[in-house]
Amino acid sequence: MAEAKDGCVKPSKGPIALEAPNQEPLTVTLGKEVSKMLARVGKPAPDFELAAFVDGGFKNVRLSDYKGKWIVICFYPGDFTFV
Amino acid sequence: MGVEIFALSTDSRFSHKIWQEEELSKMVPGGVPFPLLSDAGGRVGSVYGVYDEDAGVDIRGRFIIDPDFNIRAMEVLTPEVGRNVSELIRQVKAFQHVVKTGEVTPSGWQPGKPTLSPGPHLVGKVWKEWKPEDAF
Repeated sequence: MAEAKDGCVKPSKGPIALEAPNQEPLTVTLGKEVSKMLARVGKPAPDFELAAFVDGGFKNVRLSDYKGKWIVICFYPGDFTFV
Repeated sequence: MGVEIFALSTDSRFSHKIWQEEELSKMVPGGVPFPLLSDAGGRVGSVYGVYDEDAGVDIRGRFIIDPDFNIRAMEVLTPEVGRNVSELIRQVKAFQHVVKTGEVTPSGWQPGKPTLSPGPHLVGKVWKEWKPEDAF
């Protein structure tokens, strides 16, 4: 059965744990049980993949695909909010 | 400046589409020129320290990431106060300048204003190079 192109539900990986080959496994697992804040200035940006609305269409965006460029990410409380 | 911008909220991509088409496009011709990402459940916001569990939304957090994929700056506000885009642009230009030149930018630096070159010669001599009024 063909998969619906833009179906009702689009899984994405969410936060993606950093590779840490020589350490105990991080408490972060792929897309689950992630509550620990990892973002620090001067430290690597936590990677993620999320569903997105881009150029009139839907696709998943992975942050690390933009490595090598300057990036700004802005969180905001919600569409249609006032400020 | 060559910067990739991403906006994230806990809304669905469908909500993003309608917001872009019905409202943002009336503020910015053609709509905002960057992707709107759906951080369902605040999974990514939690990792970036901006997810408000009580409200179930990502609060206003902004992060500058350099080409080596390191976070250079972050700013987090509770939702009532909007951001200052001029300050964001100033910070991006400052970080781009220091990465390119190895110089540092003192408080209040704007493109074109003097920078500092740290080193033994500057110890105790910053007062000659920088005045408090330069901070504004």
